[in-house]
Amino acid sequence: MAETFEKVKEIIVDRLDVEESKVTMEASFKEDLEADSLDVVELVMELEDEFDMEISDEEAEKINKVGDAVNYIDSQS
Amino acid sequence: MNFSLEGRTYVVMGVANKRSIAWGIARSLHEAGARLIFTYVGERFGKSVRELAESLEGQEPLFYECDVTDDESIIQTFESIQNDVGTIHGLAHCIAFANREELKGEFLNTSRDGFLTAQNISSYSLTAVARAAKPLMKDGGSILTMTYLGGEKVVQNYNVMGVAKASLDANMRYLASNLGKDNIRVNAISAGPLRTLSAKGVGDFNSILAEIEERAPLRRPVTQEEVGDTAYYLLSDLSRGVTGEIIHVDSGFNIIGF
Repeated sequence: MAETFEKVKEIIVDRLDVEESKVTMEASFKEDLEADSLDVVELVMELEDEFDMEISDEEAEKINKVGDAVNYIDSQS
Repeated sequence: MNFSLEGRTYVVMGVANKRSIAWGIARSLHEAGARLIFTYVGERFGKSVRELAESLEGQEPLFYECDVTDDESIIQTFESIQNDVGTIHGLAHCIAFANREELKGEFLNTSRDGFLTAQNISSYSLTAVARAAKPLMKDGGSILTMTYLGGEKVVQNYNVMGVAKASLDANMRYLASNLGKDNIRVNAISAGPLRTLSAKGVGDFNSILAEIEERAPLRRPVTQEEVGDTAYYLLSDLSRGVTGEIIHVDSGFNIIGF
């Protein structure tokens, strides 16, 4: 989990141009990290590449917080 | 035959990020020696394309904001390009948009606004851009747009964008007919599905890719580079006898009936 979180955090910091300290498991993409819907789609694609997996539209829609992404990725590996 | 595009200038419209087809086209043109001009809409994409373009060595590209829903913006963009570089030799139009909620479910439920938005940005923009670009193509030129199979055949979830692509295909042919006397060619590439930001907006995109791997003659999806290289062909003199044409760069998927 910690390892996944670190990788996810790295991608978020890079893509959303936010400070590392803001990226916590509880942080909401839209509210806390100020991501718009395009940012979220881009992030999902980056995560698919990084973790070599597919995230379906249904699953992607459920990803609201950083923790949701981390937990989903861990549940698949 | 000289394959180099050195001394030639091309406008590439529609780079959103590194996965964009427009970016693949830009890279192929750059490798062939072309000078590049990028247009973008909004600061978000402006920043993205400027960052990407830093990786292109050699001649500095130019950047212009162009909102294709606004005639004045289109006219101003091409006037600025004319003032700054004079002549252009070709243009890649890689622009489309539809509301995400209408890229899934039943086409029957498409709203009037959603329909017109898709037509406006994805099809009419080619007409308006071609008109504005024509005076800059003093030595003739080549215009390229990006279409998709969903405009010829029914593709699940493609819906309102399929109708916009059908419109774009016809649009491309009528422009080819008008502009031929000015030695300006107009063609389209119908690319197989690529993992772009736009494609991800189409419902259940991952399953479309799986279908390609199973059924397309080449048994694999196409790459951004492959589309870029066909664009290079269509934008260069290699294709000088070709206009009004749609080339499928799709691993052959479009020939399969059953």
